[in-house]
Amino acid sequence: MKRLVYLLPLFIFLVIVGYFAVGLNLNPRNIPSMLIDQKVPHFDLAPIKGSKRGFSHKDLKGQVTLINIFGSWCAACLAEHPFLMEISTKGLVPIYGIDWREKNSDDGPRWLAQKGNPYTLIGDDPKSKVAIALGVAGAPETFFVDKRGFIRFKHVGPITPKNWQSKLWPLVQELQEQ
Amino acid sequence: MIAEAGHFALILALFIAIVQASLPMVGAHHGNALWMSFDKPSAIAQMLMVSLAFACLTYSHVVSDFSVLNVVQNSHSMKPMLYKVAGVWGNHEGSLVLWVFILAAFGSAVAIFGNNLPPTLRARVLAVQALISVGFYLFMLLTSNPFERVFPAAMDGRGLNPLLQDPGLAFHPPFLYLGYVGFSMAFSFAIAALIEGRVDAAWARWVRPWTLAAWSFLTIGIGLGSWWAYYELGWGGWWFWDPVENASFMPWLAGTALLHSAIVVEKRDTMKTWTIFLAILAFSLSLLGTFLVRSGVLTSVHAFATDPERGVFILLLLVIVIGGSLTLFAIRGPALRSTGIFKPISREGGLLLNNLVLTTGCAVVLLGTLYPLFLDAVGGGKVSVGAPFFNAVFIPLMIPMFVAMGFGPILSWKRSDLIQAALRLKTAFILTGLICAVILALLNHGPFLAIVGLGLAMWLFVATLVELGERIRLFKGPLKESFGRLFSQTRASWGMTLAHSGMAIVIAGMAGVGGWKVEKIQVMKPGDTVNVAGYDYKFIGARQGQGPNYTVIEGKFEVTQDGQHVIVLSAEKRNYPVRQMPTTEAAIHSLFSGDLYAVIGDPEGNDGKFVTRLYFNPLVAWMWAGSLIMAFGAFVSISDRRYRVGAPSRHKIKNVKVVEASGIGQT
Repeated sequence: MKRLVYLLPLFIFLVIVGYFAVGLNLNPRNIPSMLIDQKVPHFDLAPIKGSKRGFSHKDLKGQVTLINIFGSWCAACLAEHPFLMEISTKGLVPIYGIDWREKNSDDGPRWLAQKGNPYTLIGDDPKSKVAIALGVAGAPETFFVDKRGFIRFKHVGPITPKNWQSKLWPLVQELQEQ
Repeated sequence: MIAEAGHFALILALFIAIVQASLPMVGAHHGNALWMSFDKPSAIAQMLMVSLAFACLTYSHVVSDFSVLNVVQNSHSMKPMLYKVAGVWGNHEGSLVLWVFILAAFGSAVAIFGNNLPPTLRARVLAVQALISVGFYLFMLLTSNPFERVFPAAMDGRGLNPLLQDPGLAFHPPFLYLGYVGFSMAFSFAIAALIEGRVDAAWARWVRPWTLAAWSFLTIGIGLGSWWAYYELGWGGWWFWDPVENASFMPWLAGTALLHSAIVVEKRDTMKTWTIFLAILAFSLSLLGTFLVRSGVLTSVHAFATDPERGVFILLLLVIVIGGSLTLFAIRGPALRSTGIFKPISREGGLLLNNLVLTTGCAVVLLGTLYPLFLDAVGGGKVSVGAPFFNAVFIPLMIPMFVAMGFGPILSWKRSDLIQAALRLKTAFILTGLICAVILALLNHGPFLAIVGLGLAMWLFVATLVELGERIRLFKGPLKESFGRLFSQTRASWGMTLAHSGMAIVIAGMAGVGGWKVEKIQVMKPGDTVNVAGYDYKFIGARQGQGPNYTVIEGKFEVTQDGQHVIVLSAEKRNYPVRQMPTTEAAIHSLFSGDLYAVIGDPEGNDGKFVTRLYFNPLVAWMWAGSLIMAFGAFVSISDRRYRVGAPSRHKIKNVKVVEASGIGQT
């Protein structure tokens, strides 16, 4: 019996380790944003190379918008890209882009030139200064911003036709009606 | 060249550490004195190699060698020198170099000052230390090499995170690490004791100074961290129960328990396995803190390296170090025999209560920190456990301990009488009651918990002083005699008095700012005046300016009280062009009764109007003053005679006992 007491710390530790091991394999994906129902933090990002206008929080007032965090290095962003093009060409909702953590300032513009540009405006964020302010854990992430400039939802991972139809598009419509 | 030298030094240090971890350990097992004797030279050589690596990295940062990746990512030629140096440890790789540097420094301190340690114990302690080092060297060399080059060299660096360009934060990590790594000493001693199967008073005397040192560094480190959050984040908050803060707080709680239980081992030869367990726990939590911050398991604003590969490595390290030591504890722990017995109401009983509350508190913090992870791992979704949980569970838990803290020191060892103790403290009861009544009459409102907190702080402070008064028999004999006793008190008891009264001051600060903080947020134009807790803040105006590597908006406020000029506060909002990141520099003027605190926000329109946040934070500075007093108390205690005068030797202790028994040792 006494032995068991001495084994207890080890046992508890192993349980914790088990959770850690699972936790390491979990994607830090579905982290809810602290910013839900908060105003978009103030920022002013420089334009990406070859573009004239950057992107600042002031651009978001007056209409429902999406802020999409992407990078040319990110495979999931590539997967989501054709569908963003579709949303943009249909004019469903304006998408603003934050080009995140490009190693080389040419990478983002080149990627967009090849695949098409779904974004109304793009800000360059190589050092994560806005990404940190927004609590971005990985790319792609998309923030849904209402007409008053408040963040209402954060979608982690690629936007797909499926989750767009079932969840995201109804949300956008609801926000647009408000 | 310099970077390669540093890299090479790290590799050499790894090999030296492997030797140090193996030969002395095996030698101690077989009683081979030659093999054991490798402990001292290898510990010192390892320290020299790591110092060299640390110096090389520092040099690369100081001269802004932009062919080194670490410098490119974290430094900038325009950065002030202080932050170039602080930038060495202000990043993932560099902070690990600092970690092993401190670890090796502690190891060599044992090698140099540990001549009176039994050879087998010293060999084992240093071997365990080296084993931890090996893990960290491998981690660095395999996943986080600080000396990686970039080709071609960059033109300039990407700058240190401007939030980190701050004196409070520049010195925060070194103190924190001195604390974390300091607990490795207690850990190594605990493991060595488990292997030897022997824990006695002498062992406790070797362990306690190291624990005290680590604890006081950690106290300062945590204090610096919360001070930084207080003035830099610009919300007047000072503790957020953020995972990274918790990561430093848990070892502190365990360490506090450890340094108290080590007293019991030393004086009463009991609570041994418990003390060993706490020693393992304190360091394990330090490692866990490192893991939590570095692995990305929990995300946090502080985390500066998140990389799953590193996470897996640290997890492996944790399993080996913590799992290994707890296994050893489970096997060898039951064999440790205690001789001292005691009644629940006694000094030992009080210290045991302290230990139980502290470890329970520690468990609460651990649970709250890891709960989101647990829930997520079983598919329960992401939640965040915020301050409400900790405040609701942790604070009530601490209240009985602070009450007991007043009683503890006055109880006698082995068996005591609570009523007798209460009678000796009657002055404290009366004084506390009186002061509380006066304060309540003056304040006449406030949240319940804050009033309780203030009362507890008062009680603890007064009871600690009354206990000192009892010890020197104040007013019970001639004043001169009492005065003489005051100076003949041991430094250990002075340390206790200082640390406990420091704690009381800290509690008062927390209660004050928690309960009576006044906050006013508004748009002001030059000339506007806002009254905050009796102080008139007049907005003089704001101007644009240029700092060494940032642009700045500087807002000035003239503070007056009843028309009397108090001070002109100058709050800044800085923008660092390299990172395009704004920081707030709150203007703070500390008064005895609280802090005047002003923050300048964004301009509203073009006519000089600004958003301003003005605060009065009552007693807040007491927290940091109290923490410093606590840390100082620990250092006074370390300097106690029994740690200095070769006392920590098993051989001599026997002599002392003989002397005492024959009556000559009485003073």
